[in-house]
Amino acid sequence: MRKKNIWVAGFAAAMVIVILLLAGLPSVMASSDQPSDANAEVKIDNFSFGPQTLTVAVGTTVTWTNRDDIPHTVVSTDGVFKSKVRDTDEKFSYTFTKAGEFPYYCSVHPKMTGKIVVQ
Amino acid sequence: MTDKKQNLIDEQLQDLNNDGVDRRGFLKCMAWGGTGLVWTMSGGIPVSRAFAKNIGKDAGKAGDFSFVQISDSHMGFNKPANQDVAATLQAAVDKINALPDQPEFLLHTGDISHLSKPEQFDNVDQILKSANAKDIFFVPGEHDVLDDNGKSYLERYGKSAQGSGWYSFDHKGVHFIGLVNVMNLKSGGLGSLGGEQLEWMEKDVKHRKHSTPIVVFAHIPLWSVYPDWGWGTEDSAQALSYLKKFGSVTVLNGHIHQIMQKVEGNVTFHTAMSTAFPQPQPGKADSPGPMKVPAEQLRTLLGITDVNYIRGQHSLAVVDSNLS
Repeated sequence: MRKKNIWVAGFAAAMVIVILLLAGLPSVMASSDQPSDANAEVKIDNFSFGPQTLTVAVGTTVTWTNRDDIPHTVVSTDGVFKSKVRDTDEKFSYTFTKAGEFPYYCSVHPKMTGKIVVQ
Repeated sequence: MTDKKQNLIDEQLQDLNNDGVDRRGFLKCMAWGGTGLVWTMSGGIPVSRAFAKNIGKDAGKAGDFSFVQISDSHMGFNKPANQDVAATLQAAVDKINALPDQPEFLLHTGDISHLSKPEQFDNVDQILKSANAKDIFFVPGEHDVLDDNGKSYLERYGKSAQGSGWYSFDHKGVHFIGLVNVMNLKSGGLGSLGGEQLEWMEKDVKHRKHSTPIVVFAHIPLWSVYPDWGWGTEDSAQALSYLKKFGSVTVLNGHIHQIMQKVEGNVTFHTAMSTAFPQPQPGKADSPGPMKVPAEQLRTLLGITDVNYIRGQHSLAVVDSNLS
């Protein structure tokens, strides 16, 4: 009887540990009230993207916000994404579902370049 | 030369930038003015007024004419640098209508609108209706071809143009070429003309007489003003190579919202002020965006460009005036 109790207790403890571990895992679903790695930001200001290179996890939604006093666009050099023109305070978002490197630029001011690295 | 006149010239010269012309060089240019191209600053240099008087006397001779370049009206822009670009565009039209010799047409070198919106184009068209000029010719800026690849620009302004809006026309023996260098811009690059347009241009000028004065107008400068800020055109050298044989070539651009000029052989390059807002001089700010100045200074940094052609003189006289 005692051996069985110890065994059950051990099993229950192991289950508790497993449950605690599962609860602690970061969510893989991108959602706005999840921790920040599911959402990332790039600020556009002074004719530049900040940060110029941003590394994020697969499944992250990146949001570009134009804080400049001139309109800009966000255009992937490989045709992966393309925003409409964004004036001051307007935003553009894209969710990266594949790993890789995604260079982009402003098609209105092509000297403005940036890169999203998805790992 | 009186001290007052000399001080005025020296003062104006503080504002010159990047063209390497010091006082002695400037005086050489002014002396040369009688036979060739003359630059004047806005307002009060007496030499420029004298020149304008001569224009008045000679104008009216068959073949003489003037036209005005305006640029970068950015209709729809409403940030601190200028919260009423419609008013400053109207001021530019008033300035045009007050010129002693009325221009025969206007050239708008682009960034007509700020966001390519129909109401912005409409607004500019409405204001320009009150200009005393028979015709207005346009080339697009990068702000005019947003989102729709230039479709709405072409519908409005490109009816007799080819490709993305290039065309040429003749006026009293002067050949005008409107080029488009704001389409299909590549990441990290400058302005771009593209192969199709270059081919068209080569054919367009091939059989013209070398004595034909040529005026080329395009939005982004066709020479390397400041590449770090995108102020240049990747393939402009090829375009200019087609014009080597011509005795007089004048290139009129916008985009940089300030006056810059350069002479290279037979080619004179000139950029116009904006009618909307000024931008910083190359490298003098973090970025080439709108430059806020005290309200009373704004109109001194906006303006129009009056261009005079006098038959038999080959070179065109380019005169800038601000809106104050």
